[in-house]
Amino acid sequence: MKLLLVAPILIPLLTAGVTVAFWRAARFRAWCGVVGAAALLAAGGLLLAATAGGQVRTVQIGNWPAPFGITLAVDLFSALMVLITGIIGLMVAVYSLADVDIPRQRYGYFPLFHILLAGVCGAFITGDIFNLYVWFEVMLMASFLLLALGSERAQLEGAFKYVTINLISSMVFLTGVGILYGTAHTLNLADLALRVPEMMDRHGHLVRACAMLFGVCFGLKAAVFPLFFWLPASYATPPAAVSAVFAGLLTKVGVYALIRVFTLVFGSIPGIYALILVVAGLTMLVGVLGAVAQFEMRRILSFHIISQIGYMIMGLGLLVSSDPGVRTLGLTAGIFYIIHHIIVKTNLFLVSGTVRQLGGTYDLRSLGGLVRAPLLSALFLIPALSLAGIPPLSGFWAKLGLIEAGFLGGQNTIVIVALLTSLLTLVSMMKIWNEVFWKPAPQDAPEPAEPMAPGQWAARFIPIALLAGLTVLIGLFPAPLLTLAGRAADRLLNPAAYISAVNLHEAAVAGLSTTQISEDKP
Amino acid sequence: MNSLVLQNATRALVPLLLVYSIFVLFRGHNHPGGGFLGGLLSASAFVLYGLAYGVRAARRLLRVQPLTLIGAGLLLALTSGCAGLFLGRPFLTGLWTGVTLPEGSALGSVLFFDLGVYLMVLGAALLTLLTLAED
Repeated sequence: MKLLLVAPILIPLLTAGVTVAFWRAARFRAWCGVVGAAALLAAGGLLLAATAGGQVRTVQIGNWPAPFGITLAVDLFSALMVLITGIIGLMVAVYSLADVDIPRQRYGYFPLFHILLAGVCGAFITGDIFNLYVWFEVMLMASFLLLALGSERAQLEGAFKYVTINLISSMVFLTGVGILYGTAHTLNLADLALRVPEMMDRHGHLVRACAMLFGVCFGLKAAVFPLFFWLPASYATPPAAVSAVFAGLLTKVGVYALIRVFTLVFGSIPGIYALILVVAGLTMLVGVLGAVAQFEMRRILSFHIISQIGYMIMGLGLLVSSDPGVRTLGLTAGIFYIIHHIIVKTNLFLVSGTVRQLGGTYDLRSLGGLVRAPLLSALFLIPALSLAGIPPLSGFWAKLGLIEAGFLGGQNTIVIVALLTSLLTLVSMMKIWNEVFWKPAPQDAPEPAEPMAPGQWAARFIPIALLAGLTVLIGLFPAPLLTLAGRAADRLLNPAAYISAVNLHEAAVAGLSTTQISEDKP
Repeated sequence: MNSLVLQNATRALVPLLLVYSIFVLFRGHNHPGGGFLGGLLSASAFVLYGLAYGVRAARRLLRVQPLTLIGAGLLLALTSGCAGLFLGRPFLTGLWTGVTLPEGSALGSVLFFDLGVYLMVLGAALLTLLTLAED
């Protein structure tokens, strides 16, 4: 168990180390990247098995007792996220074999990719807010390099915006951590969950300020309204495999952090969920409207990431209700939505990469007639319709849950916004379908690429087909995932098990009231 | 650059800097110092050599690729962290042999972790600086 809990960090880091140390052996390096991702997927599966009943597994890194050392705490929500990271990691690693060119691989694509995965997994399993910051940084450093790898003009422009905005958001994060440590004297999430509600009376303003700082920085990473502008600028520039893993995982780390921190630590602040709900509605609407004006396939998809983030945040915002049934249902649907979205969105970006391979461009106006590739057309339609929420695909159940919870909670406005966004998403997906696949190829279309070699073909189509298959599978049999998401939501809303599993040192718990009193003397 | 003064000074300074970087690495056990500082110091020795004799000479002096150093350092740090796992302790638990080393340091898994950091910092610093110096 002690090994299993660190495995999601250890496996990608080891893979990165091996691929760097043997960086001259091109074939070995690439296959090592794939095998490492497969091992991560296996670890994710074992972790899910170990927490599926709602258990919370913890380990104290370096054997330092909590809250003095770093605690890794894996509950069902974390395990689900690690598992999905493993799935995406493996699929994108296989796709990279065909999509990422040799110079990029030589400049360290696979090590960076695995360091990115380590950062993402680390953020999912840590139980310490400063450690969360560290994993965010690990993830960001790798993503900066992946984004700029290849040094094309557009890439550098996108990377510049991305780096600037993320450095600002890191500073905001660090400021929040500093204030929190100054007032609560702890950074352990479970410890904070005990102390912050107590602090609300005396230090309410500081707690609210911290919550806003965290909200802004996680919101920036998650690309919620009004902090989303950097996303379409940067995600549309790197190779398709890189933008696919970014689109699938990076913003979702922000969403994960929002859900974790705003259920565990800051849930007691009055009015916080109402604010999140408003942000969710605006994010959905602005994102989907932004997509209308775009004619570049990946920019359209990028704007849809933003609008989809709105749905996930809506699951968190529905905690505004006082009815426990609505709260659980809303958060369940939010978690289900994250899983569904990661699969579907990664797949759409992978498809866009293959469209570019076949059609020579990402620009809808110069594409056309790709329906001559019937397999690709079908594999585009599955995730696209799922994104729009057409039954019986996975997106339908995700949206149904959110809308049901919204109606039950009496939040009619957000439900109407969600339905409208869903309709506009469908319009947008149909636009891609019509322009890329259905309409005849325009006169000025680039010459069709040469037929792919069988190995290339397999590396491109197997991941896309598997992810599409997963979408259909979740759509046809949503019950297992819904049960797991429900249990995860239940544990998030009743954090007693999480807190007791972290096993805070007695001295820390005993000192809970005394330090506060001595601190507050004028 | 072809300066006699710099070249002669470098010949004396490089071994000193390298020895001092090792000293700082050991000192980091209970005092300011450690793998990160030590790595930077030893990188500065190679950079100084590069300034005096040219980047190619500095690469020859290093013998291995900076990237290899990064990979080896990362693997060394991770495996030393895993040592505790085999004894049923959590990841990164420090294991000590009881042997004391100079400068108040002690022989244990933590020292190897620090050595890994040293190699990674050395590799990363040289990778950047030597590449920049080549242009």
